[in-house]
Amino acid sequence: MPEFCGIELDHPVINASGTYDAIAARRIFGDALLADFPFSAFVSKTITPEPRAGNAPRRIWETPAGMINSIGLPNKGLDGFLAEDLPQLAQLPVPLIVSVMATNREEFSRLVREVGERDEVAALELNVSCPNVHSGLIVGEQPTETEALLEALRPLTEKPLIVKLTPNVANPEAVAVAAEEGGADAVSLINTLKASAIDPATGEPAIAAGHGGLSGPAVRPIALQQLRAVRAAVELPLVGMGGIASGADALEFLASGAAVVAVGTESFRDPRAGARIANDLETAVSRSPSRVEALHLE
Amino acid sequence: MSAPFGRRACEVTANVSSGGYRIFSLRDREGPNPAPGQFYMLASEREWGEGGGRPYLPRAISVAEAIPAKDGVRLDFLVEGVGPGTDRLCELEAGERVWVTGPLGNSFSTPREVNPESAGAILIGGGIGIAPMAIWRRYLVERGIPLRVLLGFRNEAHSGGLNELFCAGGSLCPDVRLASEDGHAGHQGYVTDLLATMLAGDDATSAVVYSCGPPAMLEAVRALCAEHDVACELAMESPMACGFGACFGCAVPKPDGGYMRLCVDGPVVRGDAVAEVAHA
Ligand SMILES: Cc1cc2nc3c(=O)[nH]c(=O)nc-3n(C[C@H](O)[C@H](O)[C@H](O)COP(=O)(O)OP(=O)(O)OC[C@H]3O[C@@H](n4cnc5c(N)ncnc54)[C@H](O)[C@@H]3O)c2cc1C
Ligand SMILES: Cc1cc2nc3c(=O)[nH]c(=O)nc-3n(C[C@H](O)[C@H](O)[C@H](O)COP(=O)(O)O)c2cc1C
Ligand code: FES
Repeated sequence: MPEFCGIELDHPVINASGTYDAIAARRIFGDALLADFPFSAFVSKTITPEPRAGNAPRRIWETPAGMINSIGLPNKGLDGFLAEDLPQLAQLPVPLIVSVMATNREEFSRLVREVGERDEVAALELNVSCPNVHSGLIVGEQPTETEALLEALRPLTEKPLIVKLTPNVANPEAVAVAAEEGGADAVSLINTLKASAIDPATGEPAIAAGHGGLSGPAVRPIALQQLRAVRAAVELPLVGMGGIASGADALEFLASGAAVVAVGTESFRDPRAGARIANDLETAVSRSPSRVEALHLE
Repeated sequence: MSAPFGRRACEVTANVSSGGYRIFSLRDREGPNPAPGQFYMLASEREWGEGGGRPYLPRAISVAEAIPAKDGVRLDFLVEGVGPGTDRLCELEAGERVWVTGPLGNSFSTPREVNPESAGAILIGGGIGIAPMAIWRRYLVERGIPLRVLLGFRNEAHSGGLNELFCAGGSLCPDVRLASEDGHAGHQGYVTDLLATMLAGDDATSAVVYSCGPPAMLEAVRALCAEHDVACELAMESPMACGFGACFGCAVPKPDGGYMRLCVDGPVVRGDAVAEVAHA
């Protein structure tokens, strides 16, 4: 049984933040969702201090073997999340990881303190693909900003802090090192790659916001190389993601040093993709026992 | 009733051409009987997302008819090839399999559920949007609810489904009236012209209007119904990656600000619960 930051997991497949709404899925699929939950931990959509409506449509656009999205982090805000969503997410049969994001250190601290103190929460993921309103810089693109943020947040909770890296930098490993120095417990990668498309019908950008983030199998080779680079630079456990659609894909990430893998876009094609991939992994590993030791999947 | 959790492979039992559209049928051994207005996320098992390229995500398609049988429900879909996903669905061959998730979304409410005083229903469908009107019409007829059906098409190439979905004994059902912009069938002009005339008569104002079609038509229906103070339900479309509330891609603006997720809060939406229907 894999262990991740002190959390026992039934298998190494979790979901990518923002790609599965377990509350909506339970309404649609009923209790079968709980009986057969596809992930070994559940990562919430990113929560911000205040409620957000999200971006104007159009928000998504299919591309070869993937999609571009600019959803704009719609969420109920911290208070709405704690009051309405957390009690429902606590009913899931797996540990809960809450993803949080804010545009300044004070707000980020409030999120980490208030989410971290809840017993229902096993760990927090810090979405740092956001600008710091004071510097105007994207925190996760700057090693110094990332380290300073972690130093501020680290003392506020005993729960594991996972830093989610953006792939839109020349050296993701430098940011990973900064996260490690700042006191992070784990690093997850990759978030989506900055991307755009033109709607042939209008000649205008297909996504209303002008650009968005690319996900799906199209990004997998990039994700894998960034994971390898980060693996070589830090000791921390890694969550690998980016285009994982099968057990074979997941194995690539595990073989490159991920402790856990996350499935995002593939769940849109198959709501049970997480379980299918975990199952395929188990079969692959039982066929090739030498791999088991190498990957610590027992 | 909840949808089975996950996608399931269903066999294609038929695929026929009907005017400019195709009607294909699936045998769904596991799923419940869908309610009129609901949709499925569909992707062929082969040649969909393999080796890169599009189509990659499943496509949302309304159920046009559902017939329970002893080996499962037969689901009929009316599709128009407008891109790689619908083109692939149009090519489905009997015997091959399709990944099915659903039934998804909400469904139409009966006229009495919408308005206890209502005397009946007016269904107005345009183009491929006649699909959910077919199963809804059959449901209302079976319950003896008075109804009128107005169907419109741009031209002959962009029409189909009438013989299979709206005919009985070889001729168009008596409650159905047609309109076409090119005049190839019925009234020459917009199908909303027929609705405007009908709503101008006083017997129609106690009806509930149900509509599905291109955004410009839905907006015309919404505006006409608002003007005549007639309740309406619109079966809308928006870009959908997942169909089960996971991606937040299907946002539709609400009149008081903010957005709904059409796949969970729709696709059937009360006319007064949407802002103006966005159209080019
Ligand atoms: C609830 C619901 C029910 C529906 N029911 C039916 C039905 O019963 N029958 C039916 O035929 N259709 C139905 N549709 C519409 C159907 O889902 C779409 O027509 C289909 O998804 C289009 O996919 P495509 O690959 O064929 O076309 P696309 O290539 O996706 O083209 C269709 C439009 O999508 C856009 N688009 C998105 N990505 C791209 C891209 N990368 N390149 C170019 N254009 C792109 C463009 O605006 C284009 O005009 C329904 C939709 C919804 C939401
Ligand atoms: C529709 C959509 C919404 C997303 N929302 C979030 C989010 O709220 N927070 C976040 O950290 N990542 C978000 N992501 C990024 C994913 O968590 C993941 O990093 C990325 O999609 C790569 O994995 P994939 O190719 O398996 O989808 C989102 C991705 C998609 C496609
Ligand atoms: S289609 Fe994904 S949330 Fe509605």
